[in-house]
Amino acid sequence: MTKLDSKIPEGVLKDKWTNYKAHQDLVNPANKRKIEIIVVGTGLAGASAAASLGELGFKVKNFCYQDSPRRAHSIAAQGGINAAKNYPNDGDSVYRLFYDTVKGGDYRAREANVYRLAEVSNAIIDQGVAQGIPFARDYGGLLDNRSFGGALVSRTFYARGQTGQQLLLGAYGALNRQIAKGSVEMYPRTEMMDIVVIDGRARGIVTRNLVTGEIESHFGHAVVLATGGYGNVFFLSTNAMGSNGSAAWKAYKKGAYFANPCFVQIHPTCIPVHGEFQSKLTLMSESLRNDGRIWVPAKLEDAEAIRARKKRPEDIPEEDRDYYLERRYPAFGNLVPRDVASRAAKERCDAGYGVETGQAVYLDFKHAIERLGKDVIEARYGNLFQMYEKITDQNPYETPMMIYPAIHYTMGGTWVDYELQTTVPGLFSIGEANFSDHGANRLGASALMQGLADGYFVLPYTIQNYLADQHQVKPFSTDMPEFKETEKKVKEQIANLMEIGAKGKRSVDSIHKELGHIMWDHVGMERNANSLKEGIEMIKKLRKEFWQEVRIPGKTDTINVELEKAIRLADFLELGELMARDALHRDESCGGHFRAEHQTEEGEALRHDDKFMYVAAWEYKGKDAEPELHKEDLKYEGIEVKTRNYK
Amino acid sequence: MSTKTINLTLKVWRQNGPQNKGQFETYQVSNVSTDSSFLEMMDVLNEQLINEGKEPVAFDHDCREGICGMCSMYINGRAHGPDRLIPTCQLHMRKFKDGETITVEPWRANGFPVIKDLMVDRSAFDKILQAGGFISVNTGGVPDANAIPIPKEAADEAMDAAACIGCGACVATCKNSSAMLFVSAKVSQLALLPQGKVEAKRRALNMIAKMDELGFGNCSNTGACEIECPKGISLAHIARLNREFLTASFTA
Ligand SMILES: Cc1cc2nc3c(=O)[nH]c(=O)nc-3n(C[C@H](O)[C@H](O)[C@H](O)COP(=O)(O)OP(=O)(O)OC[C@H]3O[C@@H](n4cnc5c(N)ncnc54)[C@H](O)[C@@H]3O)c2cc1C
Repeated sequence: MTKLDSKIPEGVLKDKWTNYKAHQDLVNPANKRKIEIIVVGTGLAGASAAASLGELGFKVKNFCYQDSPRRAHSIAAQGGINAAKNYPNDGDSVYRLFYDTVKGGDYRAREANVYRLAEVSNAIIDQGVAQGIPFARDYGGLLDNRSFGGALVSRTFYARGQTGQQLLLGAYGALNRQIAKGSVEMYPRTEMMDIVVIDGRARGIVTRNLVTGEIESHFGHAVVLATGGYGNVFFLSTNAMGSNGSAAWKAYKKGAYFANPCFVQIHPTCIPVHGEFQSKLTLMSESLRNDGRIWVPAKLEDAEAIRARKKRPEDIPEEDRDYYLERRYPAFGNLVPRDVASRAAKERCDAGYGVETGQAVYLDFKHAIERLGKDVIEARYGNLFQMYEKITDQNPYETPMMIYPAIHYTMGGTWVDYELQTTVPGLFSIGEANFSDHGANRLGASALMQGLADGYFVLPYTIQNYLADQHQVKPFSTDMPEFKETEKKVKEQIANLMEIGAKGKRSVDSIHKELGHIMWDHVGMERNANSLKEGIEMIKKLRKEFWQEVRIPGKTDTINVELEKAIRLADFLELGELMARDALHRDESCGGHFRAEHQTEEGEALRHDDKFMYVAAWEYKGKDAEPELHKEDLKYEGIEVKTRNYK
Repeated sequence: MSTKTINLTLKVWRQNGPQNKGQFETYQVSNVSTDSSFLEMMDVLNEQLINEGKEPVAFDHDCREGICGMCSMYINGRAHGPDRLIPTCQLHMRKFKDGETITVEPWRANGFPVIKDLMVDRSAFDKILQAGGFISVNTGGVPDANAIPIPKEAADEAMDAAACIGCGACVATCKNSSAMLFVSAKVSQLALLPQGKVEAKRRALNMIAKMDELGFGNCSNTGACEIECPKGISLAHIARLNREFLTASFTA
């Protein structure tokens, strides 16, 4: 078995990043102009990286599938971004942010990366303010904070309920500035179809122009993937419709190991499913748990009466309500981490206490409104309440919201070392696309932090260590056989799909929905060996059906949305299987990965540190071959490994 | 949620590419749940078309939570349809009646050529922002976030302007296809903050010059854009832009 080299720098935890920067190689300013870098993705990670690399003087090409970089999925993040500023003087510090993140991730994250993340977190807020991001402020004119799950301090910065939008528009502004200067060339409505590897190094990509259908090659001395998470393998999720796992999957097939694919986050507060035609699930930000209280009826007959529309939530007296999070976790209450809150909701609903369809619980603002007034609640969450009302036709100021857990985020992703480099030299992965910082569960408001940390403050350093000697390498012609060969494969795949698609009977969405059901039922919030094995067989069968029955109308030389979806679904149908395999092999529970066989008497996740304190990195071995498992052992020096306790 | 289903007649604009002429096609969709969003109703139509062996209707969409600004449908003569303060993806079918005929068109404006069916090219918006819709700071080396206090009112007003999602409803609604509401939102956001003040004048001049160059029309202050804006961006920002622009022109 190859040993994975995580390249963690020497020294004590708190000095590692400083030491790394002090000794790494850099590219001299004159040589930067000779070096070309491809960045795929324009979310927080991609836009911040492309802009920062452009500022440094590199020649950058940046790609996204939307019509504008500003529309990347990061735009939808609502609640906030963490930083260890300790402005409220409530005891926060870099160490505490690090500690909370490792603990929240259930001791399955790489310690050195997490510490660095906490260390650079403050600079992100400074950067955002300098860019003109209108973060929330108090009357003294200073920045305001709120609390998120898994923390006992208020360290979350926010811009109303649109924090992701504002942070992304800040990064997009920086990107626009570089586009205007000519240091970044932007390719919107362009999908990366494959990565080109020459002599063992990533040297470019092949893309499809989504408007003209043209297949093109682009050279880069290095390639950076910032392509987001793969939550849409479940069909229904809080992700944008186009979010996909294809770039990471293409990287996997070109030799980049895929780490912890089974670590998926299920967010506890989403608007429940309403019907079969539903296309996506809408998140109600975790920030709502600052003031909202989660409950279900304490009596089965009340739950039944509510489901039968004979009673309304307002009819249930206080003493007959079960605020189950406050009951089970008195210390953290409604602010327990997401995995804990999600499972607790499922537990109540499975036991028959769910409301509405039976797959919903209440998130109630009655007490907060009584305590603080409607105005305060409106100022804090107005846009979320409005969104809720538009979708459900119910007024959350008057009646409790209904919520249920939904797929939200993927902690797993492309394996990277400390430098954010994958196992393919020259191929880097940043943001949600990599696996690095969140272990088996991500804390709220930490994805934005990680995406921007990677893009602004980590990759622009670490990539130079790789590029230091690359100015001597002349840009390769895209007529080289490796490019042509990759283009040919891409074209063949498309032709193949179109040929099946002309005769096929099942729409892409109908197959994707079926995959989603398999994933939710077998690789979802609670997993066990039998159902995982069953799931794997079902995915295989569905994959076969896809390659015989999928229907794709239209042509390849114009906009063809069905073709785009089919290409992404083909990858999801393989990735889903790897997720199930990974979940099957990880015979323990940790964070968001809950194996029914491994739980405490109180139903909490039971880790097996003796056997599974490692990152599972899977290597692709060919079309029908079993992938090979590589293990990166996790060592903790700066933190004592304990059982998570939020009671 | 009181779920009902309704039947609808849809008149949808179909256009094969920028060079083609385009025409309305009429479709029937039945059993649409009133809890569905407008785009989910379009999904149902597309599923039906695919099953009939026809090409589905191309339309832009992504987040389906009202924030990415990608969806852009002109429904019954109004940008984003009959409901207020939301883009198309948050419009729900309970706003329509059983048996109703709904007309769906793309944005129509010189600055936004049709790509296919209901998809248009809004890259002009990116170009306007590239002309100056940012603060010129590099990554790193900036002051502490709390070094400069900003009055809460200014920060809140900047946030009101920054809420723009760049969907282009303002342009599609304006009889002159003016992009003033869009431009003013960015100019105003940054001019309200001390960090953005430094470049305020240059920013206004450059963005307006670019807007004119790209073929957007003049603002004649009818206020239609404000009414259709899914984020409620106020006309007051246009007034602020005009002030910035005038003082900038005088001092330039
Ligand atoms: C509803 C919602 C709310 C959230 N709220 C919060 C929050 O409050 N706080 C927090 O910390 N986190 C939050 N998150 C999580 C966070 O938003 C994401 O994890 C993060 O934004 C991901 O950023 P990214 O840059 O890695 O990827 P993304 O923003 O997903 O960007 C991916 C980019 O890659 C491009 N791309 C993908 N595939 C290809 C391809 N093949 N070819 C070309 N381009 C491609 C896309 O066009 C896009 O530009 C939330 C997530 C959701 C869904």
